[in-house]
Amino acid sequence: MSDRAEVGLLDYSRRLPVRLVLLVVLLFLYLPLAVLVLFSFNDSRRTTVWKGFTTEWYARLAGNAELILALANSLTIALVTTLIALLIGTLAAIGLWRFRFPGNGLVGSAFSLPIVVPEICMGVAFLIFFARVLRWPQGLGWPLDLGPIIIAHVAFCFPFVTVVVRARLASFNRDLEEAARDLGASPWRALFDVVLPHLKPSLVAGALLAFTLSLDDFVITFFTAGPDTVTFPVKVYSMVRFSVTPEVNAISTLLLLITVALTLVALRVQAVAGDLQPRPTA
Amino acid sequence: MKTIIEFRGITKRYGPVVAVDNVSLAIGEGEFFALLGPSGCGKTTLLRMLAGFEQPTRGQVLIDGEDYTRVPPNRRPVNMVFQSYAVFPHMTVAANIEYGLKMDGVARAERRDRAREALALVQLEGYDERMPDQLSGGQRQRVALARALVKRPRVVLLDEPLSALDAKLREELRFELSRLQDKVGITFVMVTHDQDEALALATRCAVMHKGSLVQVATPADLYEFPSSRLVADFIGSVNLFEGRVVEDHSDHALIDLPEIGIRAWLDHGTGASGTVQIWLAVRPEKMELHKRANGEAPPVMEGTPGGHNVVAGIITDIAYLGSESVYEVRTEAGKILRVIRPNLTRWDQEDFTWDEPVWLGWHAEAAAVLLQ
Amino acid sequence: MPSRHPRAREIGPFLAILGPPAAWFLLFFVAPMAVVWAYSFGSNVGAAGIEITGTFLNYARTLEPVYLGILAKSFGIAAIATLACLLLGFPVALAISFAPARLRTLLLVAIMLPFWTNLLIRTYALMAVLRDQGLVNQAVEAVAPGLAPLPLLHNNFAVILGLVYVHLPFMVLPIYAALDRLDRSLLEASLDLGASHLDTIFRILVPLARPGILAGLLLTFIPALGSYLTPDLLGGPDSQMIANIIERQFKRANDWPFGAALAFVLVYLTLFVLAAQGLLRRRGEAE
Repeated sequence: MSDRAEVGLLDYSRRLPVRLVLLVVLLFLYLPLAVLVLFSFNDSRRTTVWKGFTTEWYARLAGNAELILALANSLTIALVTTLIALLIGTLAAIGLWRFRFPGNGLVGSAFSLPIVVPEICMGVAFLIFFARVLRWPQGLGWPLDLGPIIIAHVAFCFPFVTVVVRARLASFNRDLEEAARDLGASPWRALFDVVLPHLKPSLVAGALLAFTLSLDDFVITFFTAGPDTVTFPVKVYSMVRFSVTPEVNAISTLLLLITVALTLVALRVQAVAGDLQPRPTA
Repeated sequence: MKTIIEFRGITKRYGPVVAVDNVSLAIGEGEFFALLGPSGCGKTTLLRMLAGFEQPTRGQVLIDGEDYTRVPPNRRPVNMVFQSYAVFPHMTVAANIEYGLKMDGVARAERRDRAREALALVQLEGYDERMPDQLSGGQRQRVALARALVKRPRVVLLDEPLSALDAKLREELRFELSRLQDKVGITFVMVTHDQDEALALATRCAVMHKGSLVQVATPADLYEFPSSRLVADFIGSVNLFEGRVVEDHSDHALIDLPEIGIRAWLDHGTGASGTVQIWLAVRPEKMELHKRANGEAPPVMEGTPGGHNVVAGIITDIAYLGSESVYEVRTEAGKILRVIRPNLTRWDQEDFTWDEPVWLGWHAEAAAVLLQ
Repeated sequence: MPSRHPRAREIGPFLAILGPPAAWFLLFFVAPMAVVWAYSFGSNVGAAGIEITGTFLNYARTLEPVYLGILAKSFGIAAIATLACLLLGFPVALAISFAPARLRTLLLVAIMLPFWTNLLIRTYALMAVLRDQGLVNQAVEAVAPGLAPLPLLHNNFAVILGLVYVHLPFMVLPIYAALDRLDRSLLEASLDLGASHLDTIFRILVPLARPGILAGLLLTFIPALGSYLTPDLLGGPDSQMIANIIERQFKRANDWPFGAALAFVLVYLTLFVLAAQGLLRRRGEAE
C-alpha cells in the first residue's frame, strides 16, 4: 500500500477557501502600495499610465526646498516627541506597575484615554488650547515654533509607549527586584540595575512606535500647526489634494521605506527578546 | 470473542520520524484494552488514528470489519475522552452532554432524557445546569465520560484518563471506570503510561516501545511471563540475571548465573540452546530473605535440590513503605538485588537491618526465562 | 510585593515617577479636552470672541436633521466598514492561527505592515487604484469596455472601501490573539462528537473567540467613526462624516462652539460604544 499525503484535520490554513481569502486580502492590502511605488518611477506626469522608467521625480524631490523643510520639521518633531514620550511613558508604566494604590486601575485606564479618543477631538482640543488658553508666542525661531506640535504629539504618543512597556513589565519576575533589594540595593538602584535592562526591548519598540506615530500623524498636526509651520504630512496632503504628480509617489515611497524599516527593526528587537513567540500548538 | 477493532499494518511517519511502526492488533468486543508504554512510544498516535484525528501513512483501521481508515472523526462510531477532558467551557453540563446527540439530529425530549441517564450513570445527577468552571477536575472528567457514553458508540477511547488527578481520586475513579465499563459493556480502549492503571483496569494490555508492539497479553501474563527484558523492566520492578542454560530437561533446567556465581534451578524446561545468552527474571516480592550466620550452609529453596537459587549478600538499604518494605541487597560479586517483604508484624528493627548478612533465594517456579 | 499603599518613604519616589506623566496628562490632555467641553457650552460673541454662556444651543443644533443625518450616516458607514472587516478579517485570523509556527509570524507581519505605513499614503495609493484611469478601471476597460469607467472614487463606496483598507489589520490581531489561546482539543472533541467543521467553527470556535471579536469590532469601529482623511480624500460631496464637519467649523465656518459640541458628541458616542462593549464582555464572562 502506498504512503498517503495528508492535510491535518485542523489545518484550516491549508484548506482552499481559507487560503483564497488570505490571498485576496493580502493582494488587496499590497496591490495599491505596489502600484504606488511602481509609478514613482514612471516617465510621465500621469500617475496611472506607465510610460517608462525614470528617477527624475526623486531628483525633483531633492530640489524641492519647501518639501525638504517640511521633512526637517517633521523629523525634528518626531525626534523630540520620541525622547519625551519615551521618558514619561516609561515612567507611567513603571509607576503603575511598582506602586499599589487605590485607583491604580483607574489611572491606568485614564492614561490610555488618548489612544481611544478620536484624533479629531484631540486636534480640535489642542487648536483651542494653543489659541486661547496657552498662547504660544508667535515669531519664535526654529525649533521653538514647533513647540505646540511637539507637546500635542507627546500627549497622544506617550500612552502607546506606556502600553508597550507595561506589557513587557508583566513578564518581569518580581523576585529579581526583591533579590536585588535583599542584596543591599536601594529601590532606585534595583530599578536601574534589574528592571530597566529587562525593559530594553520594549523601550526600543516604544521609541520606534512613538517616532512612527509622530512622523505619520496628520490630523493632530493639521490642527495644531500654526500658519507658518509646515510639516511633512500636511505638505503631502496638499500635494495629494491639489497637485498630483509622481513626485507624490516618490515621496510616499520614501516614507514607506522609512516606516517599514523602522517597523521591522522594532519587530526584530521584540522577537529577539521573545515577546513575539507564537504559542506552540498543542 | 468477536473482533471489533483491527489495526492492520499501521505505520505513521512524520517526516523522518516513525511514530508507529507496522502495528497489527485486534481488540475484542467488550474488552477493556490498554495501550501501555513510556511517552513517545506511539500509543497516543495509535489512539488518535482510531479516533480519526490522524491518518496512518500506511495500513488500515477496521471497525466491525469495515475499513474506516479514511473516514473523518465525526462519522466514526467511536468517541473519545480527551486527556484535558475538553469540556466546552461556554456550555452547561447538560448542553455538553447533549451536544453529540444534537449533531446526530436526536429530538430535544429524547436528548434531555438520555443526557439525564448519562449523568446518573456517572453519578452526577442534578448537575445539569452547572457550568464547567464550577466543577472540580474529577467532575469534569465524568462529564467528558458521560458525553462520550451518551452516544452509545461502539468504542470509547480514553487518553490518559487518570493522569490529571491526585492519588486518592485516581484510586476512586479507577474503580468507577471499571464498574462503569462492566455495566455498560462497551469496548474501552485506554492509553496510559501508568502501569498500575493498566494492570488494574485492563482485560488485555499492549505494551509499546518506540512505535512497535512489544507484547500483547493479559495483565497477569505480562507481569508473570514477560516476553522480554523491556516488558519485564517496564512493568513493575525486576531482578535480571544474565545466564546460560547448562542442563535442559522436560521437567527442569539448570542455568548458570555468572553475575552472582551460582546456578539457578528452574522447574520447567526452557527449550533454549546452551549457546544462546538468556536472562532470568525474578520479581522482588518472590525473593526470600534469611538471616545468615558465619559458616552456615545456605537454606534450601522450595522445589530445588540444595545449593541452587540462593546467594549470599548484605543489606545496603531499606525503604519502609507501610504495608511492605523494600530491601536493597548487595551480593559478594557486587550485584544489587531488590527484595520486597510485606510487614506482617509491626515494624521491628531487629528483624532485618542495615549491613546485615543475609541469604537471598527464590523458589523453583518463581523465575521467568527471557530470551530477549 | 509592594505594599497596598505607598509607605511614607515611598511617597518621594511615587511622586517622582508618576508625577511627570500625570502632569503632562493633566495639563496637555485633560485641560485641552476640558476647554473644548467648556466651549461646547459657549457662543460666539463679536467677530472673534467666545463666551462660555452655559448654553445648550450648540448641542441642540447637532440634533438638527442635517447634522443628525450626517451623524447617522457616519455611524452607518463605520458600521458597514466594520462588518466588512469582520467578514474578511475572521478567516484571515483563522488562517494565521492555524498555520504552522514559522509561517504565522510571517503572516502576522505581512498583515500588520500596511497598518504601520502612513495613512495618507495608503489612502492616496487607494485613490490611484480607484480613479477613472486607475488600475481597476483599466482592467475593466480591457475586459468589458462598455462598463468603464466605473465610478469607484469620490463616493460612499470608496469611503467604505478605504475604511476597510485602513482598519482591516486591527480587526485581525485581537481575533488572532483569542484564537491562539484556544484549546485545540475542544475542537477535536466537537468533531469527535459528530459535528461537521462548519458546525464546530460556529458552535465552538466563534463563541470562545468572542472576547477577541468584540475587541476587534471596537478597535475598528471607533477609529472608523472618527475618521477624517479617508472621507476627505475618497469621499464625494455627500460622503461627509462627523470629523469632516467638525473640521469645517474650525477651519472655515469659524463656529468654534458648535464645532466643540460636535467634537464632544463624537466623544460621547465613543464612550458609549466602549461602555457597551465592556458590558457585553462582562455579561459574556458572567454567563
